[in-house]
Amino acid sequence: MSLLSRICNVFGKDRLRRELDEELADHIEEAMRAGRSQAEAERALGSAWRHRERSMDIKMATWMESLRADLVFGFRQLRQRPGVTGAAILSLALAIGAVTTAFRLTDAVLLRPLPVADPQSLFVLAYSTVDEAGKASEGDGFAYPQFVELKDAVRDAADVMVVGYGGRNDITYGSDEEMEKAYRQYLSGTAFGLLGLQPAAGRLLTAAEDQTPGGHPVAVISYDYWTSRFGRDPKAVGRTFRQGLTVYEIVGVAPEGFTGTEPGTMTDYFIPAMQNGEAIGKANWTWMRIWARLRPGATEAAVQQRLQASLTAHRRERAKGFAADTPKVRVEQFVSAELRLRSAAAGVSGIQKNYREPLLILGAVVLLVLFIACANVANLLTAQTASREKEMALRVSIGAGRGRLVQLLLLECLLLAASATLLGLVLAWWWTPLVVGMINPADNPVRLNLPADWRVGGFAALLALGVTILFGMGPALRASAVRPMMAMKGGENPRGRRRVMHALIAVQVAFCFVVHFLAGLFVGTFERLSSQATGFTTERMILLETGVKGTSETGTRPQREWAEVAERIRETPGVESVAFSSWALLSGNAWSSTVRLPNREIEARENYFLEVSPGWLKTMGIDLTRGRDFRREERAPGVDAEKRPTEGAVIVNEAFARLYFDGENPVGRSFETIAEGNVAVRNRIVGCVRDARYRTIREVMPPTVYVPLEKTQWATFAVKTAGAPGPMATALRQRVTSAGNGFRVMNVTTQAELVSNQMIRERLLAILSVFFAIVALALAAVGLYGVLNYAVLQRRREIGIRMALGARTGHIARHVGGELFFMLLVGSAAGLGMGLASERFVASLLFGVSGRDLPVLATPMATLLVVAILAALPPLVAAARMDPARALRSE
Amino acid sequence: MAKTDGLQGSLDLLILKLLSRRAPLHGYALMTGIIESSGEVLRVEEGSLYPALHRLEEQGWIQAEWITKDNGRRSRVYELTELGRQQLTVAEERWTAVSAAIRLVLERA
Repeated sequence: MSLLSRICNVFGKDRLRRELDEELADHIEEAMRAGRSQAEAERALGSAWRHRERSMDIKMATWMESLRADLVFGFRQLRQRPGVTGAAILSLALAIGAVTTAFRLTDAVLLRPLPVADPQSLFVLAYSTVDEAGKASEGDGFAYPQFVELKDAVRDAADVMVVGYGGRNDITYGSDEEMEKAYRQYLSGTAFGLLGLQPAAGRLLTAAEDQTPGGHPVAVISYDYWTSRFGRDPKAVGRTFRQGLTVYEIVGVAPEGFTGTEPGTMTDYFIPAMQNGEAIGKANWTWMRIWARLRPGATEAAVQQRLQASLTAHRRERAKGFAADTPKVRVEQFVSAELRLRSAAAGVSGIQKNYREPLLILGAVVLLVLFIACANVANLLTAQTASREKEMALRVSIGAGRGRLVQLLLLECLLLAASATLLGLVLAWWWTPLVVGMINPADNPVRLNLPADWRVGGFAALLALGVTILFGMGPALRASAVRPMMAMKGGENPRGRRRVMHALIAVQVAFCFVVHFLAGLFVGTFERLSSQATGFTTERMILLETGVKGTSETGTRPQREWAEVAERIRETPGVESVAFSSWALLSGNAWSSTVRLPNREIEARENYFLEVSPGWLKTMGIDLTRGRDFRREERAPGVDAEKRPTEGAVIVNEAFARLYFDGENPVGRSFETIAEGNVAVRNRIVGCVRDARYRTIREVMPPTVYVPLEKTQWATFAVKTAGAPGPMATALRQRVTSAGNGFRVMNVTTQAELVSNQMIRERLLAILSVFFAIVALALAAVGLYGVLNYAVLQRRREIGIRMALGARTGHIARHVGGELFFMLLVGSAAGLGMGLASERFVASLLFGVSGRDLPVLATPMATLLVVAILAALPPLVAAARMDPARALRSE
Repeated sequence: MAKTDGLQGSLDLLILKLLSRRAPLHGYALMTGIIESSGEVLRVEEGSLYPALHRLEEQGWIQAEWITKDNGRRSRVYELTELGRQQLTVAEERWTAVSAAIRLVLERA
């Protein structure tokens, strides 16, 4: 029926009245034309006015009025029972808050389209690859020369652009002492145009900035950065800042809302890809993604095909330059990589990749919590409508239709849901930033665009409606089906209602079990990871990522010069020892290579290598078990100026010795590696150290080779301090700069931070899942208590009679609670099944735990049982202590 | 909530049937149509015609439209909707069944 026309009628009352008058006048006129007298025709029609009102009544929503009346009545009903109403609203609000939080995060990270023109025709290039563990994976990093080839390959079907990986950098608008952090992104000059963006001030980058490597020191800042750093001062355009060794001029401001292409990072400034000067010519520096915008009329498949051909040709060419002993499978895999186009409509970022699964899992968990809350409220309402049975019966007997009763009850539910949603939104506003804060390390926070717009509002409205139907429909239909005679006579058979309530309890218990089971898995994973031995010391270890001004020719410095800087650092009060390596352990960087041993097959497996200074192993607390440390300026295995191999010293760890020397003393033995120009170089083992983690704490202790650091442009100082490392950062940074000679600290961090960064995702999942487990448990407990309480109240007379006839306390308790505890068991069993089935969806996020471990299974079971007993105790005690005489006299 | 009694039901049926046969009709023409085609046996109470029409319109069985007559006055004409056509079939069947049953009772009692 046309609800809309009725509502319109309410507002178009006058016009309606006029039209009715006109229609009736027309009738009289027709009657007169047929030869009747006006008076007679009017009489026959009856009072025109009366008819008008009758017609109006039908058209005009009496419905609207009933709606209003029902709303007022519903509101009064809710207010009359503040306890139940409060409990219902609070439990729903908790769940809705959690669901909305999950939605806001998922939306911001995965779904929200970028604020650019036609985001649907944007794609990012990806290729199939294999990860360290040998599993199929996908990569999206490209080098500039390849970008040029791909660009030519699709010239007339798609426009491609360089979209650099976002990164945090030190920049300064003044001296070195005023360094500040800002997020940078390299973009093709054409990118802004291809994205269809217009400047908010000044100009954006243009194709002119795609010409000379290092020749376009201009920057476009984001609107947010413009606001926070410059207070939207128009004079910001034209200002200069220094990043690294280059001075950039700000030429414009990007439009409001555009914060870069990586959800999770908000870019502060964009600079032309050409400014990554050294990388432009290098085929093995992958530092960017490639985005494509399809031209109108071009198909995804056609573009993909052309890109694929270009990629394969490129890789075939590059494979020719591979070391002769590169395992065939690897070459094969490299050449046959498959090129894929992935939608970039919602942006592309590492955060998306890392958090897609956790977000979906958290979403599923909060939905379970929502269902638990709905079941709770449904039970509360069912108990509630039981006590209103007589009211309903009365309404039916004076002629209320069933639809009208459902409407009345559903409106009450809607009021509940709407209040809960409002409260939930407030909770979500408070929770979302808290969760975002947990995603990344404190010094490199995830920055998400979390606007309050129609997407969130619409979601909340849909949620309120959905929830209303979920918990309200059942009780409303049930209550409206009341048969007046039965109700008046003292109530219908309450069994049916109790059965529904018990079934809902079983569902709650099952979901609660699943949530606890998952929480157990995630907490277990986090615990296992945290207790993983690292093999090195993290205490009071501060790390200075340092670089030298200049190109790779002029900036590369020998070990002697780095050691001089290390000496300056050592002189700082509070420093115990200093050493350096090309990068820190667990920093995410890795150099891996195959090794060749006499009388042994070449293995496909790669071993980690790390360049270190003398004393680095000692500073890091990695103990020597045999042999010696490196000497000062000791030669590393390599090639000399004439490309002839030169033997060098290396130190291996025990895992390496176990793998290649069957655990025998490796000192004095040697192996070969392949150096530049495809020549085999002898590595002489001079020492053996204990195992330490290298790239991640998730893998087994990796076989590792430490090599003397001969010369480098970039290295990380590991500084062991006497006291807390935090306050020393600035002093140490200045020490390095004041050493002169172009040395400059790029970033300061601690070894402890690098370790904890390894577990951020696991920590987040553990914390949130425990939080939701507690919420779920509280909700289930409240539900259990409510249902049992209701059962005792309802069966008061029956219990009274049983007691009067001599039933013992235990008997009564078993009688009242027995069925419910059976449901508890059924729910737990179902939960167990669902939990075990869900395990494989989360398997990739687990470490060292399995759902089949006894503690993981027993903990939720025990928790649920204890909480169930606690929740059930008060009503059961009340039942047992009931005075039969009083129970029978009531009513 | 309005109840549908037998009388109202038959008026609805007659309106639907008449509208299914003839082009758009206004209220007065409908009334005279019912009288004429029943051989002047049935009379339509003019007072209940318009509420019935508006109710049928609300139910979506008929639709109305304003047309301008030769004398410049407007007239509201009604026609059947697809939904109304379906409803007519249902109502006609029910009516046939009921009248057959009544005839049976009259004959046998």
